[in-house]
Parts: sequence; C-alpha cells; structure tokens
Amino acid sequence: MAWPALIAFTIFGVIPLIGVLYLSFTSWNGLTEEIPFAGLDSWKSVLTDPGLPHALWVTFLIMALSWIAQTPISILLGVFIAAHSRYRGVLAVLFFIPLLLSQAAIAITYKMLLDPNFGLGAGLGLEFLQQDWLGDSTLAVGVVIFVVSWQWIPFHSLIYQGGVRQIPASMYEAAEIDGAGRVRKFFSITLPQLKYTIITSSTLMVVGSLTFFDLIWVLTAGGPGDATRALAVDMYQRGFKAALMGPASVIAVILVLLGLGLALLLRRLGGRDATESQLEGA
Amino acid sequence: MKRRNFLSLTAGAAAATGLAACGSSGPSDTGSGSGSGSADAASYWFLSGPPGEPIRQGAVDRFNKTGQGQIKVTTFQNDTYKDKLKTALGAGQAPSIIWGWGGGGLKSYVEAGQVDDLTDWFAQNAAVKDRLFKSSFGPATVDGKIYAMPAETVQPIIMLYNKEAFEKAGVQNPPQTWGELMSLVPKFNAKGIAPFSLAGQSRWTNMMWLEFLFDRIGGPEVFGNAYNGQKDAWSNPAAIDGLTKIQDLIKANGFIKGFASVTADSNADQALLYRGKAAMELHGSWSYGIIKADGGNFIKDGKLGFFNFPAVEGGKGDPTNTVGNAGQYLSIYSKASDKQKEAAKNFFKTLLDDTEQQGWIESGGVPIVQGSNAKLASSPDKDFLNFIYDVASKAGNFAQSWDQALSPTAAETLLENIAKLFQLKISPQEFATNMNAVIGK
Repeated sequence: MAWPALIAFTIFGVIPLIGVLYLSFTSWNGLTEEIPFAGLDSWKSVLTDPGLPHALWVTFLIMALSWIAQTPISILLGVFIAAHSRYRGVLAVLFFIPLLLSQAAIAITYKMLLDPNFGLGAGLGLEFLQQDWLGDSTLAVGVVIFVVSWQWIPFHSLIYQGGVRQIPASMYEAAEIDGAGRVRKFFSITLPQLKYTIITSSTLMVVGSLTFFDLIWVLTAGGPGDATRALAVDMYQRGFKAALMGPASVIAVILVLLGLGLALLLRRLGGRDATESQLEGA
Repeated sequence: MKRRNFLSLTAGAAAATGLAACGSSGPSDTGSGSGSGSADAASYWFLSGPPGEPIRQGAVDRFNKTGQGQIKVTTFQNDTYKDKLKTALGAGQAPSIIWGWGGGGLKSYVEAGQVDDLTDWFAQNAAVKDRLFKSSFGPATVDGKIYAMPAETVQPIIMLYNKEAFEKAGVQNPPQTWGELMSLVPKFNAKGIAPFSLAGQSRWTNMMWLEFLFDRIGGPEVFGNAYNGQKDAWSNPAAIDGLTKIQDLIKANGFIKGFASVTADSNADQALLYRGKAAMELHGSWSYGIIKADGGNFIKDGKLGFFNFPAVEGGKGDPTNTVGNAGQYLSIYSKASDKQKEAAKNFFKTLLDDTEQQGWIESGGVPIVQGSNAKLASSPDKDFLNFIYDVASKAGNFAQSWDQALSPTAAETLLENIAKLFQLKISPQEFATNMNAVIGK
C-alpha cells in the first residue's frame, strides 16, 4: 500500500513545493502577512543577476570536485571493509566516526584547527599549515571539498561495502581458477559489478551536494567575498539576510529543477534497470 | 550586532543545521508566568548568554512582582534570534515585546505594520524619555515617530591597544591622526607584531573602519546621503578617499596576516590583541567585557589602553564623532492584546532602575541613563566606563552602524562588497558603483 507514503509526500514535499513556486512570483519580504504578487519581477532580478552564474559555478565546482575526491576513496574503502575479518570490523567502526558528527560540529572543529593564528599550524609551529585557509578564495573552496569528503566518505564506503557483498563469490572463484590476480579481479569483476552502486552513490552525492548549506555557512559563510557562495547559501542570504523572499524562492525552484534534472540524467546513464533490484526473485 | 562567546557560537551553529531549525536550538522558557493566565502575560524574547541575560531576566522578575502585569521570557542565541523573529513576524506569531537593534531592521517592521507607534505614549510619559540619552532615540525613530523604547547600554566603536606591544615596538603614544597611524604600521611589523587585529570573515568588523574613515574625512553626511537615497552618494570624493585609504592600509600589511579567516564570533580578534600578536584593534566597547572574561590578567595588569578613532588630516568630520550602538531597543508587537501591550508599557517604565543599571555597569557597560556616570566611580572598571560615557555623551554625532541603519537588502550588498574591497578584489570606484546600484533599496 503506497497511500501513507503518498500522503506524507504530498504534505511534506508537494505542498511546500507549490508554496515556494508561488512565493517566487511575489515580492514578499518575510514580514508582512499579506504577500504582494509581483509577477515575474523576482525571476527577472535573479536571472539577470551576475551572482547567479557565479553561484551555479561554485555549486558545480563543489559537486564535481567532491565527487572526484570521494568516489575512488569510497570504493576502495568499501571493498577493503567488505572482506570478513575482525580487525577490519574495528577499522570500519573508526572510519565511520565522521558520519556520526553533526555537520555544524565538524565545521566548527575544522574552523578552529585551520585558524591561522591559533590553529593547528600555529600550535605545532608548522609553517605550511599556517595558511589563510578560509580567507583565500582558492584555498577556501579546497577546504570545503576536503571537509565534505571527510564527512561523507564513510557513508559512501558503507554503500559500496554493501554492494561488494552482493557480488556472488562464485565469480571470484571462477576468476581465481583462470589465474586472475587481485588487481585484475578488482577491475574485471568488482568494479563492473558495482556499476549500479556507483550510480546510486553518485546520485546521492551529486543531488546531496546541491543542498550543502550548514557546513559552508559555518566554515566560510559563503566567503571570502562570494568564493564559496553555492546556491543553497545564496538562497539563505537572499531570503533571510537580505529579506528578499521572492528571489530566494526563485533560487529554491532552480535548486529543485537542478536536482530533478541531475537525478534523471544519472538514471539515464545507468540504464533503465539501474534502480531495480539486482537480486533474483526480488 | 553584539558578539557572542565561543560556547554560544557552538549552540548557535548547531541550530543552523536546519534552515528553519525552530526547535533544535531549544528556545528556553525561563519565564515565571506559572499559573497567572498566560494569555494576558506579555511575551518577551531576547538574547541569551552572559552578561545580558541575567540582567534582563532580573528586570523582568522585579517587574513581575509589582503586580502591574506579567511578562514571560524566552531567550535565543544571537543569529538564531534574528531569523526566528523574522519568521515569527511573518507568521503573525511574534512576541509582545520585540528586542532589537533599531534602525533599518526596525524600519522594515514599521513598514510591515508590525510594531506600535509609541510617540504619543512617550509624550504622555515624558519622565521615561527625558532620563535617557537623547542620542539613543535616533535608531528608535522612523519618519519622525518613535517606535521603540531605548534600553540597556551604549556601545560606541573604539580603538583598543596593547600597552605591552607598544613598549616592545618603542611606540610612546597611540596615534592621533591617520598619518601617525600609517607611520606606526612598519614599526610594529618590524617587531613581528601585527599593527591591527581584524576579524575579517565577519565583514561588519571591516565595515567599522569605513564608518569612521567616511565620517572623519567628509562628516556624517557622506553616509547620510546614501542612507537618504541620494543618487550616486557612494561616489562622494570623501567616500572614495576613505575606501582608498583602507586599501592602502591593507597593502601596507596593517592588518594581521590571514585576517580574512578570523571570525569575531570566536572572539579570536580580541585574543590576538591580549596575546600580543596584534597591537591595536577597532571594535565595539563590548570587547572590554570579552577581554576581561577571557584575557586573564590583561586588564588587571593595566595592559589595555583605549582611544577614540584618530582624525584624518584635512578631514571635515568632527573627531569626537562616533559610531556604534546607541542603545538596544524594545518595540511592542502591533497584534499583541491590549492587556499585553499595557503590561509591556508598564514594564518600559521600570527599565534601567538602579539595580539594572548596577548590573550593566558591573558587566562593563554604560547604561543609557543621563548621569549614570555618577554610578561609575565605584566600579573597578571606572577608567574605561568613564571613557565610554564621555565618548558617547560628548560625541558631536553618534551614527548607527551601517548594517543596522540600512535595510536588510542594502546591508547584505554592503557587507559583500566590503569583503571584496578588503580582499583587494574590487577598487574603490567599483565598490562605489556597486553600492550606488542599491541606494534606496
């Protein structure tokens, strides 16, 4: 029965979505109870704002670079911890610690560690760590990607671990009889068999990266200047800091469309059966 | 605009986890309104954390015992509070008494019809009005009408300096002019001490430098013109001169290395000063309380010095002018019930009684009450408090911080452009062009 899910989805998904779509055609400042209708004004102001292409660029940059940083490490870690042995179980628990922490706590911790005057670099007297990590545009983007990866690699490793354990052992046995080594087995069996897992994990990564807000907000607040102002940060700044709820809603609608588009694209890439169960009889 | 300590940052950031995290930060009910019919009790939201919270709470507790009404308190962290209040106003669920900073924020509440006009009430209760600093009513006034009760303390922006760092660099006196200030920069740098501490990531900290430079060079009307919506006001030669001077100071390494990574929220900028890594800092008078709390014996050992922002050679502005918070502000929500409004007004009459004034003085603040300097003599911080009283009461002009004076829309553009200006990413002319585009918005 899909009814409960459908009702919940309508209440928490569809209705707010319609609300945001409506707000994007208003000039509401978030304060008045009457919401003034403004036609396409907000859309025009956002679409002609040079801040939008910049925010899109930052969003895609963080999306692409964090995907590139996370995927190989997640696959390798996933494969590593998928094997059954006790010490790997202990390691797996350690790997997952970042996943248990809240993004805000992680961001604050890194911010402290990276402080140029009181942080790790100054504390240990290491010159190369004493960079203007969050005050330099390029470094700040790098820090955001590093911290995002640090937090999310455990989660994706978990997904890959599950994927690896689904691969029938008979395939490896057959490969071993044919004399395949570890590397050969990884590239000829594990990686192709993980195709659908990669698509699932990438979808989560890519669509999830659209919503990166708290981590960026606490780390850099979109700065320095607008160097790390991704779409979600831009939306918050417009809506809650600049009291422009209309334009902020436009950004929200753009985020929804982007997320849908990307998810569909990845599904297309993975083929029609990507999201169907690969288990016989399921 | 008042700063938080690190602990409150932690809690505030945790609340930022959800955009609309109404519940997670846990607005904490500490009200005493048990059993007294909460529908009639006026609700009052304000900022949590020391030193303000216990003093505000004390004022409410004393009022609740007078029988002139009941007030129920809810406290919030700084950033959470601003967003939560906006959401509550938009949803018609705001508290009866709205705590705020006056200025542009108050103006947007007024335009949305969310707060009551208190002009008549002040006319009938002249005693309430006359005992407070005149300057404190500026940010409470919109289009000639008073919409807020000024409260608490006056917080001008001042220069703080580390006397020990001055000794090390062989500098005798704090700079009296901009030229002297620039000439000190290489002296401190030669000793490995940053001339100025600055929490650049917070952006409003950078803004304070521009507020003073604009005023010292061209007088209060330079920003006043922009505030009043005059076309191309940011291209005023005095403004361009001020913007150029600040970029010259940045290029001369006047600010601590990596200042764009430093945030005011963690009070790292004050730490740079009292740890001797930086010689001077331009900051709000509330820094004194932070340094007193976090800086060990720094103040006790007499190492903290303070002075007003130096004059600029040939500048038109009165060097006694200052900027900052002329007070904090309490407004009455227009949709509160009559009973609640009455309780709120009665409460306003009791504000800044002797006990409350004493509380603010002990916390290192100067209450916005005429003659409150008579109470300062007994304070261990009397030198600093008298200095603040003089700066505030003798100021030729007390300007409100720009980000509080402007509308939220213009303030956000301003802060963004200031960050770019301090990164040397845009020229003074580009800054002026960008800001001219949002005049009157």
